[in-house]
Amino acid sequence: MIKFFLMVNKQGQTRLSRYYEQVDLGKRPALEADVVRSCLSRHKDECSFVEHKDYKLVFRQYAGLFIVVGITDTENELSIYELVHNFVEILDKYFSRVVSAEAQIMFNLDRVHLILDEMILNGHVAETNKTRILAPLMVLDKLAEG
Amino acid sequence: MSDVVEKTLTALPSLLSLDSQSGAGKLSSTSKLGGLIRSITELTSKHEEEKLINRELAAIKEQVSSPNTSMRQMKEIMVRAIYCEMLGYEASFSYIHAIKLAQQGSAIEKRVGYLAVSLFLNESHDLLLLLVNTVLKDLQSTNLIEVCMALTVVSQLFPKDMIPAILPLVEEKLTNPKEIIRRKAVLALHKFYLIAPNQVQHIHSKFRKALCDKDPGVMTASLHIYLQLIKENPDSYKDLTGSFVAILRQVVGGKLPVDFNYHNVPAPWLQIQLLRILSLLGKDDQSTSELMYEVLDESLRRAEMNHNITYAILYECVKAIYTIYPKSELLEKAAKCIGNFVVSPKINLKYLGLKALTYVVQQDASLALQHQMTIIECLDHSDSIIKRETLEVLFRITNVKNVAVIVEKMLDFLKLCNDDYTIIDLVGKVAELAEKYSPNNEWFIQTMNVVFSLGGELMHPDIPNNFLRLLAQGFGSEEEEQQQLRVFAVDSYLTLLESDTAHLPQRFLQVISWALGEFSYLKDGLEPCKVTKLLAKLLDERNVTSESRSWILSAMAKLSAGPGAAALALQVSERYSSSLDTVLRQQALELLHLSQDPELHARVLPHGAAWDSFEVDSSLSFLDSFVSEALSQGAAPYKAPHQRQEELRQEKALSLEPYSISLPVSLSSCSITDRQSPTLLSMSSSLSGNSNELKAGSSTLKLEGVKRVWGKEGYLHQQDAVEEAAQVEEAATPALPLSPQQGGAESQQTHGDLTVVEQEKQKLASSLFVGLGSQNSTFLMGKSDSTSQQFRRKTRAADSTSSGVSERSSSSSHSSCSDFLHNNLLEDSQNSLNTQKIGVSNGTHEGPVTQSFQTANGIPEEDGEELGNPLPVIVDSDVASIGTETSKETSPFLDAGMVLVQPCSPQTELRDFVQPGSSGITQTSLRSQFPPELSQLPHSDISLLSSDHSLSLSACRAYRDDALLFVIILSNCSQSSTNGLSVQLDCKQLKVASLRGNALENLPAHSMSVCWYALLMEEPHTQVTVAGSVSYRAVPGHTQTLQFTDKLFLTDFIRPLTLSTEEYGKLWLSFSQDVRQNLKLIQGEGDPLRATLSALKEQLQLHIVDIIGSEGIVACRLLPDSPCLLHCRIHGGSLAVWLRSPLLSLPDCLLYYCQKTLEEC
Repeated sequence: MIKFFLMVNKQGQTRLSRYYEQVDLGKRPALEADVVRSCLSRHKDECSFVEHKDYKLVFRQYAGLFIVVGITDTENELSIYELVHNFVEILDKYFSRVVSAEAQIMFNLDRVHLILDEMILNGHVAETNKTRILAPLMVLDKLAEG
Repeated sequence: MSDVVEKTLTALPSLLSLDSQSGAGKLSSTSKLGGLIRSITELTSKHEEEKLINRELAAIKEQVSSPNTSMRQMKEIMVRAIYCEMLGYEASFSYIHAIKLAQQGSAIEKRVGYLAVSLFLNESHDLLLLLVNTVLKDLQSTNLIEVCMALTVVSQLFPKDMIPAILPLVEEKLTNPKEIIRRKAVLALHKFYLIAPNQVQHIHSKFRKALCDKDPGVMTASLHIYLQLIKENPDSYKDLTGSFVAILRQVVGGKLPVDFNYHNVPAPWLQIQLLRILSLLGKDDQSTSELMYEVLDESLRRAEMNHNITYAILYECVKAIYTIYPKSELLEKAAKCIGNFVVSPKINLKYLGLKALTYVVQQDASLALQHQMTIIECLDHSDSIIKRETLEVLFRITNVKNVAVIVEKMLDFLKLCNDDYTIIDLVGKVAELAEKYSPNNEWFIQTMNVVFSLGGELMHPDIPNNFLRLLAQGFGSEEEEQQQLRVFAVDSYLTLLESDTAHLPQRFLQVISWALGEFSYLKDGLEPCKVTKLLAKLLDERNVTSESRSWILSAMAKLSAGPGAAALALQVSERYSSSLDTVLRQQALELLHLSQDPELHARVLPHGAAWDSFEVDSSLSFLDSFVSEALSQGAAPYKAPHQRQEELRQEKALSLEPYSISLPVSLSSCSITDRQSPTLLSMSSSLSGNSNELKAGSSTLKLEGVKRVWGKEGYLHQQDAVEEAAQVEEAATPALPLSPQQGGAESQQTHGDLTVVEQEKQKLASSLFVGLGSQNSTFLMGKSDSTSQQFRRKTRAADSTSSGVSERSSSSSHSSCSDFLHNNLLEDSQNSLNTQKIGVSNGTHEGPVTQSFQTANGIPEEDGEELGNPLPVIVDSDVASIGTETSKETSPFLDAGMVLVQPCSPQTELRDFVQPGSSGITQTSLRSQFPPELSQLPHSDISLLSSDHSLSLSACRAYRDDALLFVIILSNCSQSSTNGLSVQLDCKQLKVASLRGNALENLPAHSMSVCWYALLMEEPHTQVTVAGSVSYRAVPGHTQTLQFTDKLFLTDFIRPLTLSTEEYGKLWLSFSQDVRQNLKLIQGEGDPLRATLSALKEQLQLHIVDIIGSEGIVACRLLPDSPCLLHCRIHGGSLAVWLRSPLLSLPDCLLYYCQKTLEEC
């Protein structure tokens, strides 16, 4: 099961966080700092999976942006690693790769969340088909455009 | 999709002109959100962030309350609030506005409202109820996009109690023509199933329809539900195996539309999900497994493309192949596949390969041999996570021969490791290996030294406790070897103490001082004075905690007999006799007395005395005369602490209840009519003296229909049959364990039931494993195995250990009364146990326990820990009463209504156990194999689960206070020994807290081995199936597996939760949601409320906190520590019960058993 999904920049600042297991708001910054520390300290040719407390972290770097996913031991690390990439491909498709990824996400936080919610629900992979994930958001955008 | 747009367009004409931002568009630079984002990116310090966000929150607060704020602005405000919360600053004032936005906004605004709600709130938040109406409205909307939003939020979070309100609407969506609606409806039902399984019981047939949906997306969504259902109960879904296989075949064959592909691999995550489902279905089931061999083979073949995602599929495929009923051809291919992973230069792949290997070597250790060189390379890998995973593989293949190397590698890793979780885990594993496979004494002691140094205060307390028990009780029959081990320990500890001790962890110091105190006399030419000096030096060190000091003082007391030591002891005791710490002060005084009186010392602390040679007087009868004298002189009788508190409480508050009811529960439940009567109380102290009097006494002290279900050590399971016997036994010889014959007779009683179960299981086993083993195999129980388990503890029924001495204050005149009260009110004394630890320096396991004196009537008293433990009769009337404390080992159940079966000698020949004409298993013979820590626990009957021609497997449940132990007894009933035994238990719903003995190098012919899993139920389930397998080699190179399943129930994991009424009140208020139910009231003689609660308490191990008038409060906990509180009240002719718990489904599950119990009554 997926416990949380984080996007952080190189400085370790959180740019998106979604928890699938209840974590007190007050405890989140410390948890995120901890998680980021153990991921950022990894060398490039080291493994993309880290044991952290009683769960595992899967992380993947895209330029200045890190995506870190916390998972339980029963999850398949490599499939989550690729799920992250699928998510990034969807973002690329939606935002058609303009400005830097970090700014894009910051200015469209709500939309990134909407995309993520289509893909992961309750800590389970709900949908991976790119067209289908983007469909509801596209409709909303069309409505907004008129 | 175009018609969706059309409908939406007609519904929302006003919106078109408002929002000009496109999906990928940017925010205008002047917008407030844009400003916030820019400020956030420019932040340089935490302090600045705090200032910025607080300013922002204030601005948001002002804006949201303004009536002029438009929905579009509100949407932006919500995103800003999301930012604040993301950075960890609470914006709770905006929650209600998020709900309002979801309610009143349209299109993207509504969606953002829902998004904010799902980010801000959790399932138990009260505001969530306000969302229900909005969801209800949107579900009925003609606008598909709104229906979609509502379904999405419902599957993210929804109040459990309100499910019935929307369930029909969600069900109706299952037949919607749009795939997205059907898919989301299925996902919502999945959510409902997770939070309230019984609410969706009736729509299981609709799940099947979803599985067969023509749209692959809907089918995929339904697999979430099926994975969950099959996890819980695989047997009910075997008929679907064919469908899952067919789906997987189509997916693998590329029959899905192309847009489901990911990098040209067809729906990889779907494949993984299907493989998981298949492995659950095929587990332990040959015929089902046969259906999937072909498709698994195809999956292996197809996934040859060189991409990460295909490796992920392969990994899942390999796991499935090793989980289901084995097929050699597939195993070979899977093994080859793992081989490719492990040798891959890609680091992530290597990791996955090692992970697969840890799973696979448990079934086929030879695979590790094939990859020997790679594993060794990985051990020296620069990446620590690869190393860690490699150690995990090694841990699973450890045997007597390679243990030294493997442990060395693990310790090397530990030395560089600074993560607490890893340290705790690895230290535990090293200790387990050392104890199991140690090649020699010196190595063992040295390894444990490193374990204690590295593990420090982090490690599990079981590790030092087990180690000390091992030193104390020895292992195996060789007395000489045992002494040698102790001398080694003493030697190495002396060397350690002579060097710098500042870095030694406290736990290690405690181990060292205990071992030196007990065993330094074994070393020739070692002056006790020298050891005492070293210990005294430790005492002076500043960083030594008072707990450790207490251990050191007990050790010094043991050594104080020598001439030189006495003088030193005097010095030390002088210094500490004025210590503020009462425990230290007490021990210092003991030390003083003992060092001055060699005769007393020799009697109290004899050197090398056998552990069970002490005579004990558990009831403190020697104080009788003292007590009656004090009473006759007008002293107040003893009152237990809870009783005093109760009275104090009642003095403060007005009592409106009639007297009989306002009595404390504890007292009214036992038939002491006049609690002020000194004669009655003093009579109780005759409990000890002569047995006739005791019988008379005990008959008047019956608890009203309340069976004692819990003892000090845990749940006393089988009291029914044996209680009476125990009482008689106890009366005659209070401290003597039952003889083996009696134990045998007891097992005969249960034997009848056992054989029926056994036959059924045998039948099942023979049908499942046809062709694998002979049906007529005999089950012979043999002597216990000793070759692989290097350090085997001696089994004794009553091991009493003695160490330090505790000196009771001579004024403790009422301790016998206290003992009496506690013996009879054990349930309540558990209360005081929590708050009041009583310290008699309990040398072996517990360590010196902090002592606190609670003063009643100005008299210090002792209770709690001492309960029921036999105390040695070693008291001079003029010396202060001195009790040599006994360890917890001391048959704690004797006076708690539990019979201990005297374990047979490990060397007993197997024929002793074989009964002609029966299957040959007796409970006694099986139980005799239990290690001491298990044999003392209450446990269920042992039942045969599975067997084949060479191995038979039985299991039982042992109830420990902190976990349920699933005990597996393996017995080799063939004529030759089996090798490479490894047990694997699989139950996703339970958490394995620890395990012992699950791998065994070899099991000689006709011998047995016991392994156990400590299980916890973190998520409540009414029942769970545990399945597992034992793999072994009877013939070299040929691995066989024996599968087994068993069912565990919620009640196995329920323990009483002892708390006071005040604590209960606080806890009750801290949980918000109630579940309410009316239960049947037991109508019998006496108070129906009391009778009903007693029945529940007895069957379900609940703790009755208090009963006042027509109301009662009851508490229990689900292991490990989830409380559940029950508030019961007589209402009409039934019992209304309110339940609260932090776990939402726990009340439901518990109610099920409450109902069941009361129906059966």
